[in-house]
Parts: sequence; C-alpha cells; structure tokens
Amino acid sequence: MDYIRNFSIIAHIDHGKSTLADRLIQFTGISDERTFKDQMLDNMDIERERGITIKSQAITLPYKARDGKTYSLNLIDTPGHVDFSYEVSRALASCEGVLLLIDAAQGVQAQTVANLYLAMEHDLEIIPVINKIDLPSADVERVIEQIDDELGLDSEGHLKCSAKAGIGIEEILEAIVQRIPPPKGNPENPLAALIFDAHYDAFRGTIIHCRIMDGTVKSGDTIRFMSNSATYRVEEAGHFLLQREKRQALCAGEVGYIIAGVKTVSDVRTGDTITLDENPCSRPLPGFREVKPVVFASIYPIASDDYEDLKTALEKYQLNDASFIYTKDSSAALGQGFRCGFLGLLHLEVVQERLEREYDQSIILSVPSVRYRFTLKDGSVVYVDNPAHYPGSSSIELSEEPYIRANLMLPERYLGAVMKLCMEKRGANSTLNYPSPGRVELIYELPLAEVIYDFYDRFKSVTQGYGSFDYEVIDYREGQLALLDILVNGERVDALSQIVHRDRARARGLQACERLKEEIPRQMFKIAIQGAIGGEIISRTTISAFRKDVIAKCYGGDISRKRKLLEKQKKGKKRMKMIGQVSIPQSAFLSVLKSDAD
Amino acid sequence: MQKRVLTSPPGQAGKIKEGNAYRGCAEVQLPGLYLHIPFCAVKCRYCNFFSVTKIPEIPRFLQALFKEALLQRGVFDSFDTLYIGGGTPSLLSPFQLSELISHLRKTYDIFEDAEVTMEVNPADVGLPVLEHMRALGINRLNIGVQSFDDTLLSFLGRRHDGSQAIQSIMAARQAGFDHIGIDLIYGIPGQTRQAWKKALEYAASLNIPHLSCYQLTLESDTPLGKSCAQGLFKIPDDDELFGFFMDTSEFLESSGYTHYEVSNFALGKSFVSRHNSKYWRHIPYLGLGPAAHSFDGGKRWENVRSLECYFQRLERGERPVESCEVLTNEELQMETLFLGFRTRAGIDLGAFSERFGVDLWASKKDFLKPLLSAGHLRIANGRLQPTRTGMALADALALL
Repeated sequence: MDYIRNFSIIAHIDHGKSTLADRLIQFTGISDERTFKDQMLDNMDIERERGITIKSQAITLPYKARDGKTYSLNLIDTPGHVDFSYEVSRALASCEGVLLLIDAAQGVQAQTVANLYLAMEHDLEIIPVINKIDLPSADVERVIEQIDDELGLDSEGHLKCSAKAGIGIEEILEAIVQRIPPPKGNPENPLAALIFDAHYDAFRGTIIHCRIMDGTVKSGDTIRFMSNSATYRVEEAGHFLLQREKRQALCAGEVGYIIAGVKTVSDVRTGDTITLDENPCSRPLPGFREVKPVVFASIYPIASDDYEDLKTALEKYQLNDASFIYTKDSSAALGQGFRCGFLGLLHLEVVQERLEREYDQSIILSVPSVRYRFTLKDGSVVYVDNPAHYPGSSSIELSEEPYIRANLMLPERYLGAVMKLCMEKRGANSTLNYPSPGRVELIYELPLAEVIYDFYDRFKSVTQGYGSFDYEVIDYREGQLALLDILVNGERVDALSQIVHRDRARARGLQACERLKEEIPRQMFKIAIQGAIGGEIISRTTISAFRKDVIAKCYGGDISRKRKLLEKQKKGKKRMKMIGQVSIPQSAFLSVLKSDAD
Repeated sequence: MQKRVLTSPPGQAGKIKEGNAYRGCAEVQLPGLYLHIPFCAVKCRYCNFFSVTKIPEIPRFLQALFKEALLQRGVFDSFDTLYIGGGTPSLLSPFQLSELISHLRKTYDIFEDAEVTMEVNPADVGLPVLEHMRALGINRLNIGVQSFDDTLLSFLGRRHDGSQAIQSIMAARQAGFDHIGIDLIYGIPGQTRQAWKKALEYAASLNIPHLSCYQLTLESDTPLGKSCAQGLFKIPDDDELFGFFMDTSEFLESSGYTHYEVSNFALGKSFVSRHNSKYWRHIPYLGLGPAAHSFDGGKRWENVRSLECYFQRLERGERPVESCEVLTNEELQMETLFLGFRTRAGIDLGAFSERFGVDLWASKKDFLKPLLSAGHLRIANGRLQPTRTGMALADALALL
C-alpha cells in the first residue's frame, strides 16, 4: 500500500487539466503512439467536441520513481464546469491529494478557488502546479503571488509545467510520489469501498467504480450495498488501465472496478459504501455530498410509442450520472414523460445530448425551471418545480424563489458592465474585494431563475471570457411571481410555460415569442405565437407560411433523387413534435430560455 | 393524332409486354421510350443534365445506342410515345437522325399514332432540317427557347439569341408542326416580374400550344450554382418566386392554357405532353443512353453516367446499367404522392387505395382537412387535387 498514490487534478475550466492528464499517461508509458489520442480520458464524443470533462474517469499509471521503486498512481480525472462540482466532490473523496492546476496567463479563477475549498474539506494534500508557462502571455510571478495571497497556500511548494509542450512532467510525478501520502486502511479489516462512479456496459452489465478504503474484495465474494442491503456475488474485480484489467483482488488503498451482475441499475447508488455480506464494516463511509438538483425540466419521447424505451434509457443513464434524478410526469401537449432534476443548464444540455447519442433517444425537453416555494392561503407550503403545477394566483399568499450567492472574479475593467448585468438580473447585497491589483472579486445575491436564464452566457460575453463564476444556493426570498403561458395557434403548450417574475413577464413573453419564431420553421400555414398571463395576451408574433416548395423539373431521371430528398425530410419531421398542425423542433423548447443579447 | 384518356393506374410490367393486344384500347397505359442524346455544343451554365461536348463521338454513340436498344428488347416492346431528349438532339445530322429513327422502328413496336417528340435548340433548326424531321415522323417539337431576352440568354450561357428563338418557332410552323412546345425560365437574376409577364404575353400571342415555364433551379455542381454560392449574384427569394409562379399560372390560364403540371401549360387537352405525363402518372418508361433512367412499375434503374463506360459496357455486350433499385410499397406510395400533387389531375383516391391498401383520406384526414380549408387542395370526382397554390407546395404536401 505504500506504493499507491491516489490523486486528482483540479482546475478552472480550460486551464489544461485534460492535457496534463494526457502527458502523465504518455510519460508513464501505458499508451503508445498508436493508441494515444488527445484528451485520453475524455472518451465521450461530447467531451471532445466541447473540450470539457463531464464524467469522472479513473486510470492507474505505473510509475518507476527516482527512488527506484514502482508506484501505482491512480489518477481520477474530474470535470471543471461549475455544474459538475458534485462529480468533483465524489472524486476527491477517493483521493489523498490533488494537483491544483493554474493557468500561468489567466491566474487564479473562481473555480480554482471553489475546487480548492472542496479539496480542503476533504483534508487533501494540495500541490499547486502552474501550467502553460511557455505561453508568451504567461506571468508566473503574478500567479505565485496569487497562490500566496488569494489562495492562502504556501507558494514555496509550487511546480511549473507546460502540459502542452511536455515540460515539467517528471517533477510532477515525483511530487505525487513524495508529497501525497499513501492511502491508509488495512486489507485485513472488514471491507469498506466507496462507489464514486458507475456505468453500464452492454456486455457486462453494471460496472462499479470504487475506491477501497479498508479490507479486500475478490471475485466470488458476496458484497452488500449499505444503503439498501442488496447483495451480489462479485464476478470480476480489477484496475483501470487504458482498458479494464482483471485482478485477483482489490485491496485497501486501491482504485478499481467491480462487476457483480447488478441488473437493477438503480441499486447502485453513487456515494454508497460496499461491504462484505458476511463480515460487514460497522458504518458507511462519510464524505459524499447529497445531490441537489437546481434546474428542472421534463423529458418526453418525440413519438409516444417510445416511452418504454426512454424509461429504460433513463434508468441506465442515471447509473452513469449520479447527479441526474427523475420521476414520472405527463403533459397535455406532449403526453407521458419524466420530470428531471439537473445541476444546471449545461448539465441539462449534456444529458439531452448523451441521451440522444449514447442511448439513441429522440426527446423533447420542456422549458427548464427552478424550484419555487408557495405559501397558500390555507397555510400550507408547496414546492413547485413544474410550471404545470403552479397553484393559481388567487390561492397564493406568499411566493418565494431560490437565491444564490454568486462569486464573480474579473479584471477590474469589466466591473461596470458586470455590475450592470447583475442589477438587470435583480442582484442585491453586493460585496466588492480587490484580491490583487487590477482584479476584483464581486459577490452578489441573485435569483437562481435569472442565473439559469442566460446569465452565464451574458457574463462570459461582457467580460470577453476573462470573468469566472461560481455559485452556491443560499435560501428562498419573496418575489412577485406569475405564470407565463405560450399559445401556439391558440393552443396552450404546457411544456413551454414558465414561472416568471412579474416585472420581467412582458419582456420574457416577448423574448419567448421571438425565440420561437426563430426556431420553428415556416410551415404551410401561418402560425400565431402568443404569450399570456392569466388569460391576458401580453405578446405575440406570427410565423408566415411558406408558399412555394416544389422542384421545377421532375421527369424520369429526377424521380428517385427527389423521393430520397423527401424521405430525408420526412425523417426530420418525425423528429419534431406535432402540436395540433404545427411541427415544433426540439430546439424550440430550450431556446425560450436563451438570450439573444450576446 | 389519337387522343388517349389517361385514367387507369399503371399496370403490371408483364401485362404491358403484350402491348400489341391492347392497341387502340384507351384504358391501357403503354410505356414511353426515352432517348438520351448526351451531346452539347456548349454546356449551359445552369444545366446539370449529363452531356459532353465531344461531337465527333456521335457516330460511335449511335452504334452503341442501337446495341443497347437490342439488349433492352424484352423489357418492353411496344411504345406509344417516344421522346428524344438530351443533351442537344438537334446536333444530330439529318442522316444520323434518319438512321436513328429507322433503327428504333426496326427494334421496337412504336405505334403509328405515337407521340414522337424531339428537343431542339433554336440555333440548330432551319426550315429544311425541320421538314426532314417532320418527314421522319417526328410530330412534336420542344424548342429550348428559355427566354426572348438576349441579356438573360447570355447570362444563362445559351448559344442562341432572341431572334433565333422566334425564327425557330416560325420555321417549325412552316414545316408543318402543330405540336410545338417551348421552354421558358423565370427567376433569373436581373429578370423582373414585369419582363417575365411580357415574355409570357408574347408567347401566348404566338399561340404556341405548349409552354414549359421553369423556375431557374441552381444546382450546386453547375457554374451558375457555384458563382451564386460565391455571392456573385442573388436569385429571388421564395416569396418572390411564388409571385412569379402565380403570375404565370394566372396569366396563362386567363389566356386559354391549362396549367396541367407545376411547370407545364397546354392550349387544351390535345396538346398535353403524353410522354411526360407518364412520369407523373407513375407509368413505366424505358430510357436508353448514358444516365437515362427506366422504370417498370416496381423497379427503377439508371444507366452509367459516362460516355466511355457506356461504350465499354456495350462493346462487351453488357447492359450499361449502373444501379437498380427495387421500390418498396412505401417508396412507391411516396412517389405516387409527390408526382400526383404536381398535376392538376391530382391523385385518384380509389386507385390509391386499390394499389396500396391505404385509404388516404381516412388515414390522413387531420393533415388534409386544414389544407382543403386553406384552399391548397380540393376533392373532385374521387380525386385529391392540388389547387394553383397547392401545386406550388407539391413537395411539402407529399410529406403528409
């Protein structure tokens, strides 16, 4: 166990985490030129395309250190976006230390700070690493000052590297060996293993990713999940190299996988503790945070026949994304579906894309919402995250909406623009700090609904990408709320309804209409789109009908080609939802929440 | 020429083979024969039909074509329409043309009263040539006029001018052709709706019995398509093109023409193109020549799109077929719909249900009803017919 190190890399988005992981993998020689590709650990298409890490990934790197001994370095890669801090926390619970990666040109950013706090909560050894030192705009001295002043760490122990150019990689590996403590725990104790991730494999069923804290697990053992007492026989255990590699046993301190014929995917709850049925540990492991979704939306199959397929896909998907929750739901316009909770809008878009790409589902998402709290005239309190369940204004005594505390870091020159944006988003109780010359830290309390609405995009745009942002949900505050309905050709589409602040209602209604006008293609009929509050029309737009759609020449040699084009169009149309006579594309439902201000 | 009332749905290929037995029977649909003459003196800038400019290859091509005709014998043997298209068939010399016609008549049973159409370029046809064509039994001419305006003609890359266009029409009359059709194009950059209407008025004043009025279609693989993609010019938007379409239909119908297909107008039923109507009515056809398509009611095949390949295949005694698709029931239905919605006659609901076992009206009522009330469709004599605005939407209607 003295030769095991479990570590993670934490960083602000784009500070080079995946590239550094690639270099570490290459340096330790487990991947050769042929099998290597950029962003090795980001193996989902969507991660590569967006250049982000969404899922935690684990890999074991064999490393022969300068002391002549060979160590197993377990790297647990973590996501960088604020929506995925839960994934980070689970990964960190499985580590003894972290590399805190900071971009030499951009310096400390909001998530650098947020991730550092998370690591501190887990009491981990923190190694500051300054990356991209070869950039012309690198300012290493300034970053060293920030490590001291803004992060409160001892900058003495920092390392410098360029992951892209492969500079300083060996020093990092040495620091991992020397400074990160080996895992504690005793292979002889009763088994206690933390589930930090799981995924579904079409051939093997559920693959559990875990860190063994105490004890040993081997194939043939009967394991028990402590949260629900379900028991399974272990079929296989092993390590993650580039592929799964079977081992006799997994012992205290190790990171690896367990395959145990788990058919009921919902049995595996990430964050749960695995123990042995015949010799259980006394209590479950601490350290995992509960998932708290903040954004809610409903998912419907485009064809109602596909409901059962979607249900199965969601079950499997949830296994691989512990932060995603769902329950049954139904809509007058869209039929049977599921109400789902997400960590944020990016998370929602990622779920949508993964369901489509990996699970081959054609889905419609309703307009996302936060969870509101209403005190009714009869004294009862209800939480509403689905506009369809809006209680009706006459029965409401008090309306409240969730607020967040946003931590914004930005160069001073953007301060005016950001403050203006925060005011526009109903921000209050601001605090301003100057952690270092030229940089400001701005703290604002903002309604969460305003933040999921386009805040992140707008913030990035007004700070030209130099601002960073992190937030936590604080409490509920009173707000004048109203239900905004959208009517398409006079028919109310419940999946497009939103709960909005009364002062914003008209603007939101107009924006929703404009957005839908852009997203819904012209059809053979004129389409009227209206925004309404309590029966009163507050906004409207019209999509004019297209009047010409026919090829000029269609003779013997044109027929097959034309038919194939029409078949393609027909397929495209099947991917739209029919509301009355109107085909509404998927994108329309999310577009309502997007701003055109940038 | 004998008029045929084309009412029944396409029959089985097997039945058609016995063509002779049905001679004179108005109810039976005989297949059409199409010849693709893939030669042009110059390529027009908007055209993506298969053609080459190697005029000296024509004799070799004709020999290959005669071979193909022999090889394809047995698919269908009897035809009541023949259409010589291209390319530019009027590049054939009078001698080559006589040879072609006599070979075809030797190889196939082409009815005495068959509609025999030839496409001609106004630059190629003087009175003697036209009289020769008439003598060979060609009884319908389709003249590629495109426009009477010299500026627009040179924009399109045509090799004739407006006065040649007019002369060719006059000469065709003089040579004794009653059945004359001309092609005209609208939506050309720089062409106003007013100027287009003037061209229509002029054509109508000449009493030309058949007009094909095509919207300029930019194909991405043509010089015109490419220069449009580079932003060198702009074509009118859909609303503007709809305006052209409506002007055309309203004006020509008020002048006595029947708007019988999206782009085709005839001065009365007897001038409707019988050959082209077969395509829209899903009636079988045999196409000879490179890139020609054939359809036997259930499958469609396409000849190789290269003159060299065409030669090689036939020199080896093989049919020059590039690919063949057997159409599924759904595919046939889709074709019946989009072809049917192109024509004023529309879709015969009874025949549709008999052929596909689908009651179109009952199963698609939710889609069709609003289209009826919007005035894009109507139901008459058991047929679902597009109105004028419906024809402009034919492709969208087929997505029901």
